[in-house]
Formats: sequence, structure tokens, C-alpha cells
Amino acid sequence: MPVYSLNINGKIQKVDADSDTPLLWVLRDNLRLLGTKFGCGVGSCGACTIHMNGNATRACLMTVSSIGTAKITTIEGLSAKGDHPLQLAWDEVDVPQCGYCQTGQIMTAAAFLKKNPTPTLEQVETAMNGNLCRCAAYHRIREAVLAASQKTK
Amino acid sequence: MEHTLHQERRDFLRKVSLSAGGLLLGFTLFEDLAAQSGKGHVIEGVRHDFNSYLSIGTDGSITIASPNPELGQNIKTSFAMIVADELDADWSRVTVVQAPLDTSKFDRQLTGGSGAVPHSWKRLRTAGATARQMLIAAAATTWNVPASACTAENGFVIHKASGKKSSYGDLVTIAAKLNVPTDVPLKNHKDFKLIGKPIRNVENKNIVIGKPMFGLDFYRDGMVYAVIQRPPAFGSKIKSVDDKAARAVKGVSDVVRFGNNVAVVASSTWAAMKGRKALQINYEADKALESSSDHADIFSKLMDSPNARIQRKEGDVNAAFKAAAKVIKREYECPFVPHNPIEPMNFFADVRPDKVELIGPTQTPGSARRAVSDLLKIPENKITVDITRLGGGFGRRLKFDYVVEAAEISSIIKKPVKVIWSREDDMGGGSYRPAVRYRFEAALDANNNLIGYKLKGVGINAGNPTRENNFPSGSVDNLLIESLDHNSPITTGAWRAPITNFLAYAEQAFLDEVAEAMGKDPVQMRLDLLQKARTNPAGPVRYDIERMETVIKSVAEKSQWGKKPGTSQGISIYFSHASYVGQVCDVVMQDGKPVIKKITSVADCGVVVNSSGAQQQVMGGILDGMGHAMYGKLSFNAGEPEQKNFNVYKHIRMKGIPEVEAHFVDNGKDPTGLGEPALPPAGGAVANAIYKATGKRLYRQPFVEQEPFKSAE
Ligand code: FES
Ligand code: FES
Repeated sequence: MPVYSLNINGKIQKVDADSDTPLLWVLRDNLRLLGTKFGCGVGSCGACTIHMNGNATRACLMTVSSIGTAKITTIEGLSAKGDHPLQLAWDEVDVPQCGYCQTGQIMTAAAFLKKNPTPTLEQVETAMNGNLCRCAAYHRIREAVLAASQKTK
Repeated sequence: MEHTLHQERRDFLRKVSLSAGGLLLGFTLFEDLAAQSGKGHVIEGVRHDFNSYLSIGTDGSITIASPNPELGQNIKTSFAMIVADELDADWSRVTVVQAPLDTSKFDRQLTGGSGAVPHSWKRLRTAGATARQMLIAAAATTWNVPASACTAENGFVIHKASGKKSSYGDLVTIAAKLNVPTDVPLKNHKDFKLIGKPIRNVENKNIVIGKPMFGLDFYRDGMVYAVIQRPPAFGSKIKSVDDKAARAVKGVSDVVRFGNNVAVVASSTWAAMKGRKALQINYEADKALESSSDHADIFSKLMDSPNARIQRKEGDVNAAFKAAAKVIKREYECPFVPHNPIEPMNFFADVRPDKVELIGPTQTPGSARRAVSDLLKIPENKITVDITRLGGGFGRRLKFDYVVEAAEISSIIKKPVKVIWSREDDMGGGSYRPAVRYRFEAALDANNNLIGYKLKGVGINAGNPTRENNFPSGSVDNLLIESLDHNSPITTGAWRAPITNFLAYAEQAFLDEVAEAMGKDPVQMRLDLLQKARTNPAGPVRYDIERMETVIKSVAEKSQWGKKPGTSQGISIYFSHASYVGQVCDVVMQDGKPVIKKITSVADCGVVVNSSGAQQQVMGGILDGMGHAMYGKLSFNAGEPEQKNFNVYKHIRMKGIPEVEAHFVDNGKDPTGLGEPALPPAGGAVANAIYKATGKRLYRQPFVEQEPFKSAE
């Protein structure tokens, strides 16, 4: 199997995987970075959202061979101590229900707030619409994104 | 029972769960992983168990075991709050752990039917209060003062007269040796310090950093991965299998056929998925391959069948309908829907000749173990079940088919294995909410009194799709409720608020039409019926009239019922499981289209344990109910589901969600559960408000396929 050198959370990681393996499964099975979740495998739920060069990207849709030297950030690399403003807001607003979708939600929100630090409610809804929360914790997800945006202002 | 706390976690877990009164302490299933990443936590000192739920360390740390599976209903937080409140514990010192299956210590170790808190309320309170009393007794003995002169507060016992104060940690060694008192008094509700407060989910900090805690996150060195091909169509079976190409896929180690399933076993999830894709399997029909169009015909036939089962009968309906001045007759229909918890089904199994280890997300660990025991002919006491956090359940994980699969594959290949379902496997794999059709009929006399009421419910693998004792039963003198079921190869199962998740909508939409025909306000019409049930009941009344009245009046008031010009409102009230929930939906017209603006909810679930968690259950339950009413539909072609992933099956998303306002009735009654009851009324409130706004009645789900939404799309 080919060996790929991936730049993940600021570290170069060597992985041995078939070229068509989705990054999602490389992160999970090979690197045990388990905060990136599997929900659909077709780009329709957002549970697997990571950052690729700062852009929110679905890890289930990227093959390992297509990553090259791109900088990948997973939830484990979002902050040193789990203290990204969004992570703090998620706790303060008490967002999670089952919690499974939430790392993907946070990754989508983090990339979005970088580009638009002071969004309107409608802009938050549009940005977050691709992230399914089957528990429908949408009110609080929205509130937490807005709360974090106030703080990063 | 005393433990030192530096033992290796797995031994430790086994040892304590085998020892009477033992307790799984501050470890999680994933501690091995946490230790690898340098984040493992070590608790210094000695720990004493007071009962199955509670253990206190000499360092003052408190460990509370939560036996019921956590799937987002927030049980892990609520359970611990109840124990900690009666204990007068310092909440910041509390760690909550998921207990493994242990029938010697816990009964009803399952999640379903909104029953966990109601079942455990007294048990949990007693667990905390008993330990508190023992700690007080320990202090009183030490200080040589009467126990009655001591109080407990925030992790300390205090003797006010002398100013003496001792922490639980300092007292625990003595306290644990005392006889366990019985008949321990519980707190007055007004003295609750945690119960009723908004306490954040105890797992928040772990969830937001992506800490492994779900079933799919469980890995063990040496395990293999299995993906299973099941028959794609309900009613078909395997004719032949060619697994040559699958076996040639790199990483595939085994292809195993069991029953009508073929499992591909590999060294990674992706290799197993690729191997599965390479399988060549021919199927043949062994039962009817039903399509959605067949279901429509089946419904019509059942509806006209004279063979329905009578669920409840009062008075003489035939005479009432003959004498009626007005008859209203309407039919409602809902399709199958999948549960679609966001974490697909998965389970880990390691079957050895002398012991079996099962680890993963299940709502019903006890039944899962029994089924594995039956299959493998291994006694239950040789099988352990560890419960991971569940990425949603909605009833799907009450079935344990995927647990049994994992055990079966492990027993065949003699390796530890994790079975992983893809989303397509999950959505295509059955156990759906059953499809049903209802016919409601109401007879009004010349004075617009409701003198007769009929409901016939027909379903596909729905069992009894009616709830014959729910309102308005008891308030109508002549009543007939019947049901009839069709046996289908399409499998069905409990789906969040089973049956009532759809029945409530149909019934509440129908009652709205009846009120209109009577010329009555829908709120007043319901109150009048309840008054009738009180003064002159027709047969048994199985709901609490007063609680229902309170909820109706309260939701009318909170929603400013009838007092919002320019807003069209619809009301829906439902008693499900053991709680009462009323909802009013506000719809406004924007650019000629109806927009669902707000849903106001009032719930009577008795004591609210965690006001933050309760808000979540109501907000989530309403959006879940509304979302499925709007969009939910799984259709079939020749036995095969036509939607198998989120790209073609629509769930409610964030954009355009209505505002939700959740209120609670504060009546001090014992808690009655909240995981399900907020869902059933939502569809009816929406349908009734849409009618007010547009004049269009909604008789089928999903609403988006009906007017007024269809042409607005
Ligand atoms: S798993 Fe990647 S979007 Fe759903
Ligand atoms: S919290 Fe359960 S899916 Fe979002």
C-alpha cells in the first residue's frame, strides 16, 4: 500500500492506505483521531467536517491520495485545551444532546466565523444548514455560534 | 466495599462488577485510549461504595453510576443530579460513569418509553439520602453530638452549635462501616438545590473536543472490521454468492455467510466496505416484494374489512350515527420512516469459548445479551455488555439485530470484530416506523354535541395503531375504536413516541375539523369535552382530566391564543407515555406562502429534573415531530426502500426552524418522562395552523407533498 505523508494538526503523519481510502477512515482507523465522525459517507450530514487549508471540508469525500500537502485540521487540533470560543460557547449554551454531530458542527462553524466573524442569524443558518443534527439541537447550535461570534469580535 | 484506585482499568471493571455492591468507578470504556494520549486521570485515595449508584472517595470525589443507556435524553446528567441533590453533594466533585449491564444491581437498564426517570426517581433519591444520613451519623458519632443537630451542605456535615465541620471525604471511611439505615426521609421539594436547575450536560467538555465515547469510536488492538450485505429487498433471500472479487480486495481476510447475510471481514473499515461492494450476490423472492402502491391498496382493503379488532366500545355508535344531524368523516395516512440516528448501527464483539464481550451502543443491553446467549448457547453470566454513548436512538437501538450479528461473526471467525453499518445499511435495513391509515368519524346532534366517535386504524406491521384509551375516549357516549394490521416482510419497530408520533397529528387535526363543524373555538371544544368526561364519563377515563385542562389553558394563555392579529394559530394537545403536552403553532403568510413562525409548548411532566435538559427535549422533540410531518417518507419499490441516504431523504435542517418556546407546569408531581411526549403534538399544531392560514387541510404526511406546500416548492 502506498504511504502518504499528511499534514494533520500541524504534524506530519505517515499513513499506509489504499489511494481511494476516504480521509475520514484514515483519520479514524489509521490515526485514531476519532472526533471526526461517520454519518453518511456521501457529504450530506457534515459529521465528518474537518478543515482543509482552513476551509470546512467533508472528510468522507476526500480520498487520501488527493490531500497532498494540504493542511488538515481536525477537532482534536482546533484548540490546545478544548477552549476555542466555539467549544466554550457549546458548553455554556449546553448544546449537545446525543452529541455525535457536534464536532462536525463546531468545525463548520469555526471555518465560517473565521471568514465572517460577525454574522447575522440568517448567515449562521445558511452556513450551518449542511450539518444535520438528528436530535435537532438547532436552536442552541445557532445560539452558540452567535455567542462565540460576540466573543471573538 | 473498598477499592484502591490504581488498578488497571479492565481488570478493575470486571472485578467490581462481579463483586456484590461493587461499582464501576471513574473510568470510561475509552480510558485505554485516553491513557495513550496522556490524558488518563488517576484518582488518589480509597473509595467506598454506598450502593449501586454511589461511591465516595476519601478525597471527597463522588462517583455516580448511571445505569441507563445515554442517547441524548441527558439521563447521565439527570440521574446524577437526583442522587447528588439528596446527598447534598458538591456538584463540582461529581463524576458520572456509565454502568455496564448488571442485572444484580439495576433493574430496567434500558432506554425507551420515556420511563427511566419515572422508574428511578425514588431509587435515586433514596440512594443519595441514605448516604447523606450515614455521613451525618459518622460525624455525629465522631463529635459525640446527636445526629439531629447536624446538617449536610455542599459536601460537608456541619454541627452549627459547635461550629464543627467535616468534609464527606473525611467522613466516608467511618460512614461506610455503619449499618445502612432504612426508611430514610427524602427532601421536601422546596429544599432541592440541583433538581429543577439548568445543569449542563456532564459530557459537554468531552463532546466538544471529540473525545471517543460512542460505539463507533471503540477500537481494540487485534480487532477486525466487518461490513454486512443484507438482502436489499424485504421479502428476498440469497440464491447464490460469488465472493471471489471480494476476497481479492486488499485487506479482506474473510467472507462469511450466515443466514441471508454475507459479511466481509477486513483489516480496516474501508477495505471491508470495498470488499462488500465487490460481492456478487443473486437474490430471489421468498415473500411478497411490496411497493408503496401495494400499500395504498392494502390500506383500502383493510379499511373496508369487517374483521377489525375492537379496541374499545362505548354505548351504541350505530344508533348515534343514524340519529346524527351532521357526520364528519376523514382519513389520514402516514408513510414508513426510518429512525436514522446519526451514528449508524455498530457493535463490537469478542466471542471466546468461555466468555463473550459485547461493547457498543444499545438501548436494551439486557435483551441483547439474552439474544446472544440464545444464539451462541453460552450462559448469560459469561457475557458482559458495556454500554457506550449512543449517537441517537429514536427507538432503533431497542432492536439488537446488529449486536447479534457482531457476536455471530466473531464466533465464526474467532476474532474480536466491530460490525459497522453504512448509512445505506441503516436506512435500508428495516425496523421502520410503520405506515398507517386512520379513518375518523364524528357524529354531531342538532345542537352540535359530539354524540358519536369512531376511529379505525389500519397499519402495516403496526400492531394496534390506535391508543383506544386516550382522549377523547371517556368524553363521548357512543364510541368505537378498531384496528387491523397487515403482515408485511418490511420490518417495523418502536419509533420515538411509538404510534402516537403520527396518531396524535391525525387525531388533533380531526378534532380541529370537528370543532369547526360545531362552530366552537378549538380550545373551548376540548375543555367542554373534558368537562363532559368529568361530570358524565363514558367508560373509564385513563388520563388526568385536570392535568390536561391545565395544559390546555396554560398553552392558550402563553401563546396568546386568538389574540395575535395577522397570525394564524393551531392548537394540539396530547397525553403520551405519562406526560401532558400542549402546543400552539403560529403561521404567518409571507409572499403568499405560509411560514411556520413559532411553536409554543406547555408540558406537564411532573417535576422537571434538569431545566436545561428539559428545554432540549422539548425543542428537539418539536422539531423532530414537525420535521417528520413535513418531510419524512420512505417509499418502496418491489420490497426495496427507494431512499437510502441523506442526499435523497430529507430531515429538518437549521434553516427556517420556527422559534420554540417551552414552558413547564410546576405541580410537584413525580416526574413522568420527557424524551418522547413533546414530539406527538407538533404535527397537529402545524397542520391546524396551516389550515387557519391557507384554508388547506393536511391529511397525509409528508406535508411538503400536499397543498399548500406542494405548489409553493
Ligand atoms: S459522513 Fe461525511 S458528510 Fe456525512
Ligand atoms: S446532538 Fe445528536 S445528532 Fe446532533
